[in-house]
Amino acid sequence: MFDGLQDRLQGVFKRLKGEGRVSEEALQAALREIRLALLEADVNFRVVKSFVARVRERSIGSDVLESLTAAQQVVKIVKDELVGILGEPGGDLRLTGHPSVVLLCGLQGSGKTTTAGKLAKKLRESGRQPLLVAADLQRAAAVEQLRQVGAGVGVPVLGPDDGETAVDLATRVSREARERGYDVVVFDTAGRLHIDEALMDEIAVLAKSLDPTEFLFVADAMTGQDAVKSAGAFGKLLPLTGVILTKLDGDSRGGAALSIRSVAEVPIRFVGVGEKPDDLEVFDPERMASRILGMGDVLSLIEKAEKGLDASETERLAKRMARREFTLEDLRDQLRQMRRMGPLAQVLEALPRGGPFKGLDPSMVDEGKLTRVEAVIDSMTPREREKPTLLNASRKRRIARGSGTSVQEVNQLIKQFRTMRKMMKKIKGGWLQKAMGG
Amino acid sequence: MASGPESGKGFWKKLKRGLLMTHTEMFGRVEAAIADRAFLDEETLESLEEGLIAADLGVETSQELVESVRKEAKRFEGGDLSRLRDHLADRVAVLLLDAPQPPARPAGRLVTLLVGVNGVGKTTSAAKLAAWHQRHGDRVLLAAGDTFRAAATEQLELWADRLDIDVVKQKAGADPAAVVYDALQAGAARSADHVIVDTAGRLHNRQGLMAELAKIKRVIERTAAGWKKRTLLVLDATTGQNAISQAREFTRHVAVDGILLAKVDGTAKGGVTVAIARELRIPVMFLGVGEGAEDLVEFRPREFAEALVG
Ligand SMILES: Nc1nc2c(ncn2[C@@H]2O[C@H](COP(=O)(O)OP(=O)(O)OP(=O)(O)O)[C@@H](O)[C@H]2O)c(=O)[nH]1
Ligand SMILES: Nc1nc2c(ncn2[C@@H]2O[C@H](COP(=O)(O)OP(=O)(O)OP(=O)(O)O)[C@@H](O)[C@H]2O)c(=O)[nH]1
Ligand SMILES: [Mg+2]
Ligand SMILES: [Mg+2]
Repeated sequence: MFDGLQDRLQGVFKRLKGEGRVSEEALQAALREIRLALLEADVNFRVVKSFVARVRERSIGSDVLESLTAAQQVVKIVKDELVGILGEPGGDLRLTGHPSVVLLCGLQGSGKTTTAGKLAKKLRESGRQPLLVAADLQRAAAVEQLRQVGAGVGVPVLGPDDGETAVDLATRVSREARERGYDVVVFDTAGRLHIDEALMDEIAVLAKSLDPTEFLFVADAMTGQDAVKSAGAFGKLLPLTGVILTKLDGDSRGGAALSIRSVAEVPIRFVGVGEKPDDLEVFDPERMASRILGMGDVLSLIEKAEKGLDASETERLAKRMARREFTLEDLRDQLRQMRRMGPLAQVLEALPRGGPFKGLDPSMVDEGKLTRVEAVIDSMTPREREKPTLLNASRKRRIARGSGTSVQEVNQLIKQFRTMRKMMKKIKGGWLQKAMGG
Repeated sequence: MASGPESGKGFWKKLKRGLLMTHTEMFGRVEAAIADRAFLDEETLESLEEGLIAADLGVETSQELVESVRKEAKRFEGGDLSRLRDHLADRVAVLLLDAPQPPARPAGRLVTLLVGVNGVGKTTSAAKLAAWHQRHGDRVLLAAGDTFRAAATEQLELWADRLDIDVVKQKAGADPAAVVYDALQAGAARSADHVIVDTAGRLHNRQGLMAELAKIKRVIERTAAGWKKRTLLVLDATTGQNAISQAREFTRHVAVDGILLAKVDGTAKGGVTVAIARELRIPVMFLGVGEGAEDLVEFRPREFAEALVG
């Protein structure tokens, strides 16, 4: 939907340089583009304003604008500034209490309960003895939800007794956890609006009584301009220690991260990237900055690739590609490896929108089609996979029957495979470095 | 928090008051400029633009609105602020009406499918919508079409219990399309006027999940012959420009008829729905204004526009 900022700035500088104008004007135009890009990414307008002013200052003082690579350099300044505001990378939770209490708060539906489960799982895997506490007595079936989440990750859940309030629960939690041998308590609370005085008072009381070592604000990455108001209010009224940003597996630009970081003045620690218990990652400001600027989440893609791909296997494929020995067998291996990286649309979503991927619409990729491609290749004999020229009409019919597809689909695959082989000869590489601003 | 039945009537007033507070800064400056009979200078216009962007109207719409003020600047200078406000509200209302407003309660038997991304308020809205139709005399049946999220069915059941409405469900992990099929059969058998289908939250960029939704919709099309059908996209008012992407993708897969904008009781008002109305012609039909069963009101474009621009 949006072009990367670098593309836009390149356009601005080219246009203005071509007309031989002064650099001040080029800078004005560039700053307008930056403002626009950030506003479109949902960064709060006030945050944008001061941000643009800072970029202006830094650009004017240097000889950036005279340089031939002005666009790249301005992007670098923008990115540095962004990373600066986004702050330090996330990391482990501070757990110094006996037991330590991790208290979660946030607006309705931001992802607190789900995140509680994710954190509990992480803690458990690092050798801790976590206890989940269900203190949302507001939303229908919230306690039951956490019970099921807890069961899913193998962490026990403590709920309220009949007639007990969240505050009552808080007063007995630490003692009970200690007695029963738990060393970390993850305390889930009801969603609340920052303007709901009664509920904001309640969470303040909970915090006082629990004395958490971590008090985390869980926020939805799709939040718009309002992020400064809600995060600002939570940050001002409560002694927060950090932020968790959820639903980053969507296609939002996540400008809220910048807004929240600007007003809440506590670091972003983790990001939620899915509904499953494992879908929690450590916050990375570099990646976040790239995402806000529409430069693609290249780093997470690489990390995913590393997780999904077997290094020696990849090397073998690369060599075969180079020697043009790439066969249908290799294509199938690649498809399988790709699938291990996660849903394809999600993988493609992480790619930058410039370079070779310009115009690529991840939502158009049909996962079912790939499954059928795999089925077609599965139905071939090893020799056919090595040498698709063997495929005559009767073999194609057999393959179509075997894979539950049609001869047309088999033909289509063979044709696509040929084009692919041709393209491979042409790929020069280097786009990745470019995309990453290198 | 449940704010009781007063929330319906008193809501529009409250909405305006809340927004006015958020906009005082913007209009403070504009008002000063007008009172001094000064020109609507660039700085004033810029703060106007910022005020509109702050309501999540988006850069493009905000700039167009400011442009329309600039063009007729003379009209607003030396006058009082209300003229400027009226002008903006008119413009926004016109944009909202780019999407024709369907009836909130169409005649005949009805199936409503609720869709949306995670956590926006679908399940709660299903209950609120059920209560709303119940108040209008309809026999409602709920379908627990979210078989995925932990305790989603229990959540809807609890609401159904409170409202004394039947709910059709299956066990966790069941095929949601099968639940919907059951519900439609039950709806016909129990002569319900309105079947409301809750679905699991799904991000619009997940192709597999969107295909699942399309399948649910197909089941409704096939099974509920002779029933009116509508698909409502639930949006969270705190969501920014990404809501456009949500609307575009959901409507691509399941042809959305209208929007139910939830959580308007906070400080965010969902100005992004204006862009959705003009670009995708999808109208807002209901507003969610709290967590109680009564906290749902029918959408009124002009009032909403007034609230949005201060
Ligand atoms: N795609 C995606 N969905 C998420 C993520 N985190 C949470 N969710 C989903 O968001 C919805 C709301 O999550 P909850 O954990 O119930 O949110 P909550 O903040 O506890 O909600 P309340 O208690 O009602 O305030 C659920 O459908 C979750 O599965 C995430 O990182 N990605
Ligand atoms: N303040 C406010 N809260 C709301 C409103 N509508 C829903 N909520 C709250 O938002 C949270 C999420 O609501 P749900 O109805 O569970 O959302 P959902 O879309 O069904 O969530 P998933 O099924 O997990 O995707 C709950 O805490 C609701 O009480 C509203 O209009 N105003
Ligand atoms: Mg919860
Ligand atoms: Mg739900």
